[in-house]
Amino acid sequence: MLRLQHVSKLFNPGTADEKIALVGANLDMKAGDFVTVIGSNGAGKSTLMNLISGVYRPDTGDIHIDGQPVNTVSEHRRSRWVGRVFQDPMAGTAPRMTIEENLAMASLRGQHRGLMFAVNRKKRQLFQSELEHLGIGLEHRMNAKVGLLSGGERQALSLLMATFTNPQILLLDEHTAALDPSRAELITRLTERIVREKKLTTLMVTHNMEQAIRLGNRLIMMDKGKIILDVKENRKQDLSVAGLLGEFERISGHTLADDRMVLG
Amino acid sequence: MIDSLFGAVQSGLIYALMALGVYITFRILDFPDLTADGSFTTGGAIGTVMIAHGYSPWLSIIAAFAGGALAGACTGLLHTKGKINGLLSGILMMIALYSINMRILGSPNVSILDQDTLFTFMSPWILIPVMVLFIKLAMDAFLHTDLGLALRATGDNAKMIRSFGANTDTTTILGIALSNGLVALSGALISQQTGFADITSGIGIIVIGLASVIIGEAILGARTVFWATLSVIVGSVVYRIVVALALRVEFLEVSDIKIITAAIVILALVIPSARRATRQKRLAQRRSRELSVAPSKPSVGGTADA
Repeated sequence: MLRLQHVSKLFNPGTADEKIALVGANLDMKAGDFVTVIGSNGAGKSTLMNLISGVYRPDTGDIHIDGQPVNTVSEHRRSRWVGRVFQDPMAGTAPRMTIEENLAMASLRGQHRGLMFAVNRKKRQLFQSELEHLGIGLEHRMNAKVGLLSGGERQALSLLMATFTNPQILLLDEHTAALDPSRAELITRLTERIVREKKLTTLMVTHNMEQAIRLGNRLIMMDKGKIILDVKENRKQDLSVAGLLGEFERISGHTLADDRMVLG
Repeated sequence: MIDSLFGAVQSGLIYALMALGVYITFRILDFPDLTADGSFTTGGAIGTVMIAHGYSPWLSIIAAFAGGALAGACTGLLHTKGKINGLLSGILMMIALYSINMRILGSPNVSILDQDTLFTFMSPWILIPVMVLFIKLAMDAFLHTDLGLALRATGDNAKMIRSFGANTDTTTILGIALSNGLVALSGALISQQTGFADITSGIGIIVIGLASVIIGEAILGARTVFWATLSVIVGSVVYRIVVALALRVEFLEVSDIKIITAAIVILALVIPSARRATRQKRLAQRRSRELSVAPSKPSVGGTADA
C-alpha cells in the first residue's frame, strides 16, 4: 500500500545548519497495517509524515502509494490518498465554520469542488449518523461553529474528517499529545475503533511508549533520520516499555532522549 | 435634510456592493486587499466610457465587473504564484491600475450626464435595492456551495483545506477576483448615478469598505453568512448616513470625511481588543483575590474548581 525506497531528505544542504532529517529510509506497509512510530527528538518522524503527505519532496528515493509513484505529486493532489490528523487540535478543522460544513469539506476529499450546495438533506443525515457514532454528542450541535468546541472535541472531529472517505493512508502525527490524559485516552480509543472498522492503513507517531506498544500491529523506532528497529506483529505482543528502551540503547548507543516522552 | 438622507441611503446601497467585495477579502480570505482603490475607478471608467460610446448600460456594468475581476485575479496571481506579500501585491496592482484607468478614461474626468444610464429608465429606488438584494442572496448561496466552502476555509484554515485536496492558490485568486469584480461593479453604478467618472474616485475606497464591514458587524453581528452579508449592507448605509450628517456640521469640510472614516476604522479595531484585555485583567484580578482569600487546606483529590 505504501512503499518508501531509500528515501532521504536534507534541510539547508551544504550550510552550517545542514540537517539530515531522513537517510535511506525503507518502509513497506501492507494494506491494513497499523504502524506506530517512536523515536528521539529530531529522529525524522515528522519529516517522514511530511514526505508521505507531500509537504516535502524527497531528495533521493521513491515513494509509492497503492503501487503508484507519487514523488512529483503535489500535496493537495496527494490528499486524495492521504488523510492526516495533526498534533494541534486547531489544525484539522476550520473554526469559523460549522461542524456540518467542516464535514462537507472533508467528504469531498480530493474531488472537484463545484457550485452544488455543500450540505443537503442526504449529506446531513450521513454526517449525523457518523457523528453519533463518535459518541460525544456532536450530532446535536451540527450548526455550531467548530471554534466553540473543546480541544478534545475538535480532535475527535478532525479524526472523523480525516477518515471520512476511507483514505488509502492515514497519518496521525502525535494527535493526542496536546490533550489532557482523559481526552487523549478518548481520542486513542476512537482512533483504534475507526482504524479497525475501516481497515485503514495507518502510520501513527506517538510520544507515549505504552500507547505505541498497545496500538497497531507493527512498531518502528527511529533515530537520527534512520529507521533502527522494526517490530512485526508476532513479536510486538511481547514488547514492554523497559524492553523497548533497552533495545533502543543497544542499537543506537545512547539513551532515548525525548523531553516529551511518556513512558505510560 | 431629508433629501440628503435619502441620497445617503441610495449611495449607501450602491457602495454596499463594494463593501461586500471588501468583506470577501478582508473577512473571508483574511487578506487586506488594496487593489480596491484602483479597481473601483476601473469599474467607473469602463462603465462610463462604454456608455459614452453608446453601449448598453447593462453591458457596461457587466464589463466593469469583468474588468475588476481581472484586476483582482492579477493581485491574486502576484500573491500566490509570485509569492509577493499580500499588502504589497495590492499596492502594486493599485498603482498599475492608475495608469490603466487613465488610458481607459482618456482624461481625468469623463461625463455621461447627457447619456442614458440604467437609472434613466428605472427608478433607482427599485433598481438599486433589487440589485443589491439579488447580489447579496447570490453571494450567500455561493458561499454555501462546495467551492464557496473551500473559499471560506482558505481564509479560516488553509492548511486544513489543502489537506483535503483544495488548491488554496486557486481559491485565493478566485476570492480576490470576485471581490474586485464587486468593487468595480459598485464603481460603475456610482458613476452612472452621479453622471461622471473621475480618476480619483477610488482613493480611500478600501477604508470606506472596511468601515462599512466593521460598522455593520458592530450593529448586527456576523453569526452566519446570511447575517454577515446583511450587516455589511447595513454598515454601508449607516456609514453614508453618518457622513451626510457630519457634513451638516458647520465646522467640518468635505475633505474631512477621510479622517473621520479612518478614525471610525481605527476605533473599531482598537476598542474590541482593548476591551477584551481589560476584561481579562479584571477577571484575573478577581480570581486571584478569591484564591488568596480561600482557606488553603489541601484539596482532597481531583476537581480543582468544584
